[in-house]
Amino acid sequence: MSPILETRGLSRSFHGLRAVHDVDFALEAGEIRALIGPNGAGKTTFVSMLIGRLAADAGQVIFEGRDITALPDHRRVALGMAYTFQITSVFSRLTAAENVALAARRRLGGDRAAVAREVATALERTGLAGQGEVAAEDLSYGHQRLLEIAMGLAQHPRLLILDEPTQGLAETEIAAFKALVRDLAGQTTILLIEHNMAVVMELAHRITVLNFGEVLAEGTPAAIRADRAVQEAYLGTEAAHG
Amino acid sequence: MRASLALHLGLVAVLFALNFVLPAYAHGNIARVMTLAVYAIGYNIAFGYTGLLSLGHAMFFAAGMYGAGLLLRFTDAGAVAAFGVALACGAGLALVTGLLALRTAGVSFMIVTLMFSQACALAILYFAEYTRGDEGFVIAAASRVVAGHDLGDAQVRYLAAWALFSAAFLFSLWLVNRPMGKVLVAIRENEPRARLLGYDTFRLKLGALVISGMVSAASGAGYGLFFGYAGASFAGVQYSIFPLLWVLLGGAGTVIGPFLGTLFMFYLIDLSSGITDAYMLIAGVALIGLTLFAPQGIAGELRRRAWRGLP
Repeated sequence: MSPILETRGLSRSFHGLRAVHDVDFALEAGEIRALIGPNGAGKTTFVSMLIGRLAADAGQVIFEGRDITALPDHRRVALGMAYTFQITSVFSRLTAAENVALAARRRLGGDRAAVAREVATALERTGLAGQGEVAAEDLSYGHQRLLEIAMGLAQHPRLLILDEPTQGLAETEIAAFKALVRDLAGQTTILLIEHNMAVVMELAHRITVLNFGEVLAEGTPAAIRADRAVQEAYLGTEAAHG
Repeated sequence: MRASLALHLGLVAVLFALNFVLPAYAHGNIARVMTLAVYAIGYNIAFGYTGLLSLGHAMFFAAGMYGAGLLLRFTDAGAVAAFGVALACGAGLALVTGLLALRTAGVSFMIVTLMFSQACALAILYFAEYTRGDEGFVIAAASRVVAGHDLGDAQVRYLAAWALFSAAFLFSLWLVNRPMGKVLVAIRENEPRARLLGYDTFRLKLGALVISGMVSAASGAGYGLFFGYAGASFAGVQYSIFPLLWVLLGGAGTVIGPFLGTLFMFYLIDLSSGITDAYMLIAGVALIGLTLFAPQGIAGELRRRAWRGLP
């Protein structure tokens, strides 16, 4: 099977600092992939180049066999990629329902009934049912994170990139999030950037570890857990901090 | 939704009825306010809904006024054709301006639109041979006739202004309820997010600016046709600031706000100039008061306090 998303030699520097360097990466359709690495490893820079928020200095991004390196972000989203922001970026003065409706409307257009159905479903699945008429800025931080995910779902993407989705969520919300992602597996491919190791180990089919902008290791959760280099670079420091 | 439709159709109906009851002076004033409110409605589509703070909309108003006026001055095309040409002038100018100016945002966008508008104002002065420069020109009464009705007649003028206003007003209500109108709000609120939902925000902003320029031109053409004069002062900076003030006072990003703001400002100046020569002082104090205590404008305040769904 050919991968749904591939990068070849993807690189990006900031003022001489190599944030991402020569990354070859392939994502199989239908899988849940976690992208982990210490702070500053280049995770967000990497996915920003995937979705087109940042231009790559070198290398290619290939989505469903098509080279999308030169496409602007909105065109990539229109092709079936979706991205939820690490730093919550919702339409804060609009209601939660309108936020999700905006995500659904690009696909569904002026079909009000279909949009309303999609909004209800996405809010329901993220546990936000009943909050639809609340202005996004009045939602709690955790609920705003869930709203981001609801906006991702409403787009029915073939590839969903979740940038630290569980950050700031309560334990019960994390449990609900895990159930949601498991539920999505098979319908869509998920690339998950995550700090919470319990979530990563439980959800991911495979894990890619970035360190200093390069791929350090890639494999199943068990293999990554056993990998000496990963332990030193990442899990070790994590453990040392407690 | 139903209540909002009732409010907006109600205003249209009230303005129609006023034609038959207003005393002559107020009758003329309201015709003028309705015509200028169309300009505010056009401006509001760019500024209030899309968040494009332009300081150059006078060029679109003037494009309509001169587009219609010059055609009538040099040909006998008739008022209806002149109006059509005026719309095309406004839309065309907005398209060209937008393609360049929309590469910038924020303060740069304000400056670029201001510069474009100044260039248009100077062009009017430069081509004085055709435009009569500063003095402007009278649009002959004989050419201001639609289907046998003389637009110079107070009754006809009022109803024509009412029809123009109603069309622009209901069009903007329709637009903001369309998916496109909702995306414009999304662009105003958070453009990077709108782009990452897959919307081509450049194209949408360009579309909004073209619509805005066309509606502004409709107002300019109406003003020329109803009141029989085209002048360079209408292309000046002052006429770019007016719609901004009207929209801010009435409530940016509301459908009814532009009309309320235009009406308020018109009567504020009209009434205060009856009291003192220093009428701008009174107007200024009132404006400061409104900015302090109702920063969202009249309709914006109404939406905040009482009617959340007001479009």
